[in-house]
Amino acid sequence: MHKYIFRRLLLLIPVLLGVTFIVFTIMSFTPGDPAQLMLGESAPPEAVEQLRAEMGLDDPFIVQYLRFVGNAIKGDFGRSYTTKREVFSEIFARFPNTLILAAVGVAIAVAIGIPVGIISATRQYSLIDSISMIGALLGVSMPNFWLGLMLILVFSVGLGWLPFAGFESAKSIILPAITLGTGAAAIITRMTRSSMLEVIRQDYIRTARAKGVSEKKVVNKHALKNALIPVITVVGLQFGYLLGGAVLTETVFSWPGVGRLLVEAIRQKDTPTVLASVVFMATTFSFVNLLVDILYAYVDPRIKSQYSK
Amino acid sequence: MSKKELLKIEDLSIYYITEDGTVKAVNGIDIKLNKGETLGLVGETGAGKTTTALGIMRLIPNPPGKIMSGKIEFEGKDLLNIPEEEMRMIRGNKISMIFQDPMTSLNPVMTVGEQIAEVIEIHQDLNKQEAMKKAEEMLELVGIPAARVNDYPHQFSGGMKQRVVIAISLACNPQLLIADEPTTALDVTIQAQVLDLMNNLKEEFNTAMILITHDLGVVSEVCDKVAIMYAGEIVEAASLKQLFENPRHPYTLGLFGSIPNLDEEVDRLKPITGLMPDPTNLPTGCKFHPRCPYGTDICAKQEPKAIEIEDGHKVKCLIYEGLVDAEVKR
Amino acid sequence: MTSNVAKGTMTVEKKKNKKRSQWAEVWRRLKKNKMAMLGLAILTILVLTAIFADFIADYDNVVIKQDLVNKLQGPSAEHPFGTDEFGRDIFARMIHGARVSLRVGILAVGISIIIGGTLGAIAGYYGGKLDNVIMRVMDIFLAIPSILLAIAIVSALGPSLMNLMIAIGISSVPSYARIVRSSVLSIRDQEFIEAAKAIGANDLRIILKHIIPNALAPVIVQGTLGVAGAILSTAGLSFIGLGIQPPAPEWGAMLATGRPYLRYAWHVTTFPGLAIMITILALNLVGDGLRDALDPRLKQ
Repeated sequence: MHKYIFRRLLLLIPVLLGVTFIVFTIMSFTPGDPAQLMLGESAPPEAVEQLRAEMGLDDPFIVQYLRFVGNAIKGDFGRSYTTKREVFSEIFARFPNTLILAAVGVAIAVAIGIPVGIISATRQYSLIDSISMIGALLGVSMPNFWLGLMLILVFSVGLGWLPFAGFESAKSIILPAITLGTGAAAIITRMTRSSMLEVIRQDYIRTARAKGVSEKKVVNKHALKNALIPVITVVGLQFGYLLGGAVLTETVFSWPGVGRLLVEAIRQKDTPTVLASVVFMATTFSFVNLLVDILYAYVDPRIKSQYSK
Repeated sequence: MSKKELLKIEDLSIYYITEDGTVKAVNGIDIKLNKGETLGLVGETGAGKTTTALGIMRLIPNPPGKIMSGKIEFEGKDLLNIPEEEMRMIRGNKISMIFQDPMTSLNPVMTVGEQIAEVIEIHQDLNKQEAMKKAEEMLELVGIPAARVNDYPHQFSGGMKQRVVIAISLACNPQLLIADEPTTALDVTIQAQVLDLMNNLKEEFNTAMILITHDLGVVSEVCDKVAIMYAGEIVEAASLKQLFENPRHPYTLGLFGSIPNLDEEVDRLKPITGLMPDPTNLPTGCKFHPRCPYGTDICAKQEPKAIEIEDGHKVKCLIYEGLVDAEVKR
Repeated sequence: MTSNVAKGTMTVEKKKNKKRSQWAEVWRRLKKNKMAMLGLAILTILVLTAIFADFIADYDNVVIKQDLVNKLQGPSAEHPFGTDEFGRDIFARMIHGARVSLRVGILAVGISIIIGGTLGAIAGYYGGKLDNVIMRVMDIFLAIPSILLAIAIVSALGPSLMNLMIAIGISSVPSYARIVRSSVLSIRDQEFIEAAKAIGANDLRIILKHIIPNALAPVIVQGTLGVAGAILSTAGLSFIGLGIQPPAPEWGAMLATGRPYLRYAWHVTTFPGLAIMITILALNLVGDGLRDALDPRLKQ
């Protein structure tokens, strides 16, 4: 198993190289001269020329990319055009906020999605099933930034119960986490339900019933563990999407995370920060996926034995 | 062998009610089984054999399945009239079942040991460790080394899995074992091994058995009694000897005609013509009449009754009610 | 040999007939699904609204013309959904917004299907090294959450309708490549493809005539759900200022402009959001319905 994890970590290297290459290439299409942007419109051409040489902007594209990767490994993503601060430390300072938000969002999604999915599946076509399925359908159909604004409208503007901007206390996280988690909760509910319905029809469930296992245990012990296998993948994917979705949610709630940093950077055409933020989030996403795959192997003995061979 | 009655099924009917129509899977069947006896339940796919078995276990998926009428008496108790909780304590304990496909019958995320131990824990007053110990003994009993108790189903072959399923079903020493085509999904060479194993264990524990199969060869090796099912009805029921020496229902004869007999010189097999009727739209009268070589007009109108033509040999055909003039012969 | 060829063409013919009746069967099953039919009805209304938007509300004189005297008015008989911060009728803007959203959604998915489908078909059909290279590149794209990829692309290219469609289109290429590849793999070695090869059809013809039609079902399902995703992404990107630029009406941008006035003009954010939700809901209902209709195994 350790070997498998090690191999997966090694495999992550080309993926991350590919990710940085794609993002670096995309960002290189940004119009305008970075040196000019850094020095401002009124800078003398000689100064711009000098900075260009210093930054290596005249080097071939691939050299620039390799230099970027080389520096990135050392934790150096350059300096922001606007604040002139180190991009990496800017991101690192905000990253925990984004991670907390996404983690609480996923926790809410899992805490709602899995139980509701199970109840729906075990009472297929009942009233409770219909209600939760309609709820889930609305959940996947709602744009999360709109949901965030509606929550603010009701709970902050209307009722005055909860704060709607910034990250001051634990209370501040409630609305943004609900905003972020709702879509994922809906998807997890649907996935759990359909997976459960599929599993409950399997022969081994009939075997369990034929052994005299109680219906409660049939569901919670025999069916659930099998049904959760595909759900785990979805949860992992959702965590990644939440990191992306955090961009919008953080904007709505003025949440001091990487997502909002990214949006600000885009507005100010601060390419190094945009590049670094996207690379950072994609890297996190890749690590989450790796964790999910490892977890997968622990839950499903078939996969585990496949890898320990 | 004690001749005490273990199971008595009377007039059992089970339907599946769906949007596209009602499937009349089992239509008023009677079965009697004594302790330690083995009954072969024979018929084509879709004849209602598995539904009958699930009915005895009270495991008909509902919806869409529903037991419409009848009585299933087991050790003098009507299984259709006891609370679910009491029924649950019978399942896996006094009545257990082996399913057709061993590849899918075991839970892929539990070790085989856990799966055997579970049934022991439910029905016997043993703790986890003792149940695990007993599970190991059961594995040895079915010919699997006890060391494999912590392996998962995917690490076993089909035949080995079926042995595990047999271990589960016999772990609580049941009075009645229902085996639903236990060897159909296995390789021919493995089939014989598994069948032998079941036969030996059944003898050892004096377990009564209902063996569901479409293979008359298997029946002749294992069973004491035979019931032939067609379109949800038992058309002929007899002792093994009676049925093999003196089959009387045209459908039973058809089944024999479909088997190549090496002792006799026959030019060609005589398969039954036509197909099983659509279970949502069964024929009137005798359900076999559209395929029956002796069928007459009355067969389409009148439903035959079960007639006892000799001691313990019942046939459901109008010929034996004297309404159709024909002699059924091999 | 001749008889073989004849048999081959026959198999191809048979397969085609089977396909046609399969679609009739899918439609029959879809019609039975009330929720899907509801979605289809909503979608039809939306499409008609988008097509006839100009007859419902004049673009130059109503949709983009400012009327500051009447700004931020609540819903009334004259303005059913109220007016925005420039006094423009929100209802009229939403009508024209439907046109923008549907166009971007459909075209973006079109881009994804064309690029992703081609890559997937090539990867699946030729296999080997080419397959490996294409799919590894797709895996790398999948490692970037699609909204982030879209954000990166638009922020590099600059915000415009065209760039938005390209960005959203490219960001979901990998999922179509995967779907098409796996359908191609599942039918590549089937008899009727062999038969087509035997009668001398070239690769391009086989891909276009036989493989693509057979991979169509999962692509249609994914495409329907994909349009929903693309509309959501469009709205999201517009919300953070990377989408359609003012004064053009776009639902996401419209509700973003209402954000500062949330306290006293709730209608500015509420109604465009509802429009997005209803559209996505309709597309999801139809997509789910199509998936169930195409795969009856999932339904009991």
